[in-house]
Amino acid sequence: MRGIVGASGYIPRGRLDLATIAPVSGSGGGKGVRSVASYDEDTTTMAVEAGRLALRSVPDIRPDTLWFSTVTPAYVDKTNATAIHAALRLDAGAAAIDLGGAQRSAIGALSIALRSTGVQLVVAADLRTGLPGSSDEAAGGDGAAAVIVGDTGLIAEFLGGASMTAEFLDRWRTPGDVRSKVWEERFGETKYTALGQRAWQEALKTAGVEPDTVDRVVITGLHGRAARAAGGRLKRPIVDDLGIGNTGAAHPLLLLTAALETAAPGETIALVVLADGADVALFRATDAIAARRSPRPVAAQAQSGADVPYGKFLSWRGVLPTEPPRRPEPARLSASAAGRSEQWKFGFVAARDPGSGDPQLPPRPSGGEPVPMADVAGTIATFTVDRLAYSPSPPIVFAIVDFDGGGRLPVELTDVRPDEVRIGGRVEMTFRKLSTADGIHNYFWKARPVVPEARKETVVPEARKETVVPEARKETVVPEARKETVVPEARKETDVQ
Amino acid sequence: MSSNGIRDRVAIIGMGCTKFGEHWDLGADDLMVAAANDAFASAGIDKAAVDAYWLGTAQTGMSGITLARPLELQAKPVTRVENYCASGSEALRQAAYAVAAGAYDVAMAVGVEKVKDSGYQGLNANNPPNDGTGRTLTAAAMFSMVAPAYARKYGVSDGEIRDAMAHIAAKNHFNGARNERAQFRREVSVETICSAPAVAGTLGLYDCAGVADGAAAAIVVRAEDALRYVKDPLYIKALSFVAGNGNGLADPSYDYTTFPEVVQAATDAYAQAGITEPRSQLAMAEVHDCFTPTELVLMEDLGFSDRGIAWKEVLAGAFDLDGDLPVNPDGGLKSFGHPVGASGLRMLFEPWLQLRGEAPPERRVANDRRLALTQNLGGYPGEMVAFVSIVGTDST
Repeated sequence: MRGIVGASGYIPRGRLDLATIAPVSGSGGGKGVRSVASYDEDTTTMAVEAGRLALRSVPDIRPDTLWFSTVTPAYVDKTNATAIHAALRLDAGAAAIDLGGAQRSAIGALSIALRSTGVQLVVAADLRTGLPGSSDEAAGGDGAAAVIVGDTGLIAEFLGGASMTAEFLDRWRTPGDVRSKVWEERFGETKYTALGQRAWQEALKTAGVEPDTVDRVVITGLHGRAARAAGGRLKRPIVDDLGIGNTGAAHPLLLLTAALETAAPGETIALVVLADGADVALFRATDAIAARRSPRPVAAQAQSGADVPYGKFLSWRGVLPTEPPRRPEPARLSASAAGRSEQWKFGFVAARDPGSGDPQLPPRPSGGEPVPMADVAGTIATFTVDRLAYSPSPPIVFAIVDFDGGGRLPVELTDVRPDEVRIGGRVEMTFRKLSTADGIHNYFWKARPVVPEARKETVVPEARKETVVPEARKETVVPEARKETVVPEARKETDVQ
Repeated sequence: MSSNGIRDRVAIIGMGCTKFGEHWDLGADDLMVAAANDAFASAGIDKAAVDAYWLGTAQTGMSGITLARPLELQAKPVTRVENYCASGSEALRQAAYAVAAGAYDVAMAVGVEKVKDSGYQGLNANNPPNDGTGRTLTAAAMFSMVAPAYARKYGVSDGEIRDAMAHIAAKNHFNGARNERAQFRREVSVETICSAPAVAGTLGLYDCAGVADGAAAAIVVRAEDALRYVKDPLYIKALSFVAGNGNGLADPSYDYTTFPEVVQAATDAYAQAGITEPRSQLAMAEVHDCFTPTELVLMEDLGFSDRGIAWKEVLAGAFDLDGDLPVNPDGGLKSFGHPVGASGLRMLFEPWLQLRGEAPPERRVANDRRLALTQNLGGYPGEMVAFVSIVGTDST
């Protein structure tokens, strides 16, 4: 039986309060928030974060293929999945393939994986842009999701599915533009409703599932009105309950992941994607699902976050150019030098010091066996805030991090405000884009405050602003924090730097 | 570490130093020629009498031709050296060793940096092509981690450490106000220093050395030949250099309250020079005050203060111009700015003036000791090159 072995989502920390849009752009926005990728995140880095979480849930799995789907690739012509492959330290024999350009490519990648053999890792990430005041800007969100497909150790069996295709202009974008354009909504709605109906009937037939036995139907598409209309004809539809905006290519996998994270054994889940046609996939949760709850469920991530001012959001997305620091911009990296240090730069793999036995970060010529450090947490020994150095979003917060089990690295912090940092604070590593020069993205790792993990028995809270406070581990020696330093109370705060 | 040293085998017979500053109207060539000509004049020789040249510069030019062209040297061996911010000191070290080895009779060290042509404030390193994983912090940020670490280790309050840092800045500006070659020639009050805009960590604007263009030069000969040139040469007592291996950045036991490379270089230099009590034996010291906490820690690393009390001694005025041991009587990097390749030789220029009685009365050190120290470093806490020299007026 083929199906899903593991699934995880990644929602970046930033949140844009949609009510802050209209006072600037004159219109648009609305109620609620959307998720916002930080200035040092792109679809590749978010895909890495989702992929890491998914693979962590099934440590023994080695994917045979990595499929990466996005509408907003960091590169074209060059494959983006290879950077994800390197950061996830997949085997060289595992293919890494982009399926990009259109939102539909994500469900396409999942369909290929489900109809293929071996272990397939499907990762989708998207960064939704639009002109100020547009509905895409307000309705969009940034995020990623990763689904591992295989034959054994399933948390959900694939029961079958169907796909309907038609050529019609619903939305379109010229490559390079930050905005998409859309045709009159009613046209797309009509087309999608019909296509959705046909795919739904066909999928049920193929899977041999009675409509009444489907417990949850996850319906998504960038045509919100069509998705709501299609859902209206079904008994238990879930159009979108995350409240972070529609994350485009990532959204089908993100919603599926969220559904699986709360599914009871035996529950039947349908995924319906309306994008240039209609795709339906039916799954049934296995008994194993109860024992494999994610420590970082999508719903919990959706409910945390930190406000990003609208101006910063526009600046980060390149819509509002702001004056850069008056410092030289970083030089482009050397492709050959980066190639030689792939294990360190992308995989964050240290080397065992032959003398002390501690990890060398970075590896030195004397270094012995490789020591993967990406999933090792650390403690801030000391830190500083650099208001002079070049950064795409100054100031740089920088810390000396001592890793659990040995090893130290001076490293940049991210997803943190300067006044949140304290000596003794706990951090974990995250894959980020340091800068871009000559069109080359310089990917490397930064440290961020440890994201609170949901306890296994915890029921996902309803209230949006409730979050778990990150707790420093007991064994951590916490030196006297500076007077002005405030320990973060909750992650829902103001102003991501 | 073991080094034999060249105590009393080489003497400095001439020096030159330009005014440091934003020389919009002078290029590197002009600065090198000016410093070299001053040195030639003070030694009473011309360029043809110098057998070999060393040029210290971090980024202003490559190869010996950078110096040979503006000086219009004829068939001379000229070597460009680079050792971060200690490049000028490195040029002196190479020239002195070449003379000590007997390879040449007369050698010259020139240091220069033309910083203000970059279009940016501050120093900017041109790194070789790399994998993009290196740190991109400013030096200010790296050194800013010293102040809180020191304060925490020794139980110094935020206010006390702030006052000690401000005292260092005020002292150096006080001295620099009395130096015609300094870039900044105004005294700066502690209040102004403490209320300056933040640059990095707890460092404000006045905790950071300025940026300037400049050049300096020194001519060395065998000690026994020195009096043939000048009546009052300076004898080299010690030259010491340590290049750290960067391990401090990766070593969890490194606590940012000391610069081990400086301690090692100073220990070696004191052994070479036979110094046992630097605080009372030295007439003065020029140290690398790139940032105020750097100078604070250097007082302990150089053995001028016991561990943990330099901040108190700084506040008590021990290192003021009229203190126990005047430190940076010329105004230091704080007043001069830091033309990278020139700074090491600029530091040496102050002992050249002070020990030989040529320093102007308004900043002359009061004691009659006959030894002086220069300490020059490059890099960052945990990953540093360190140079220490000791010079004196006595030939033995």
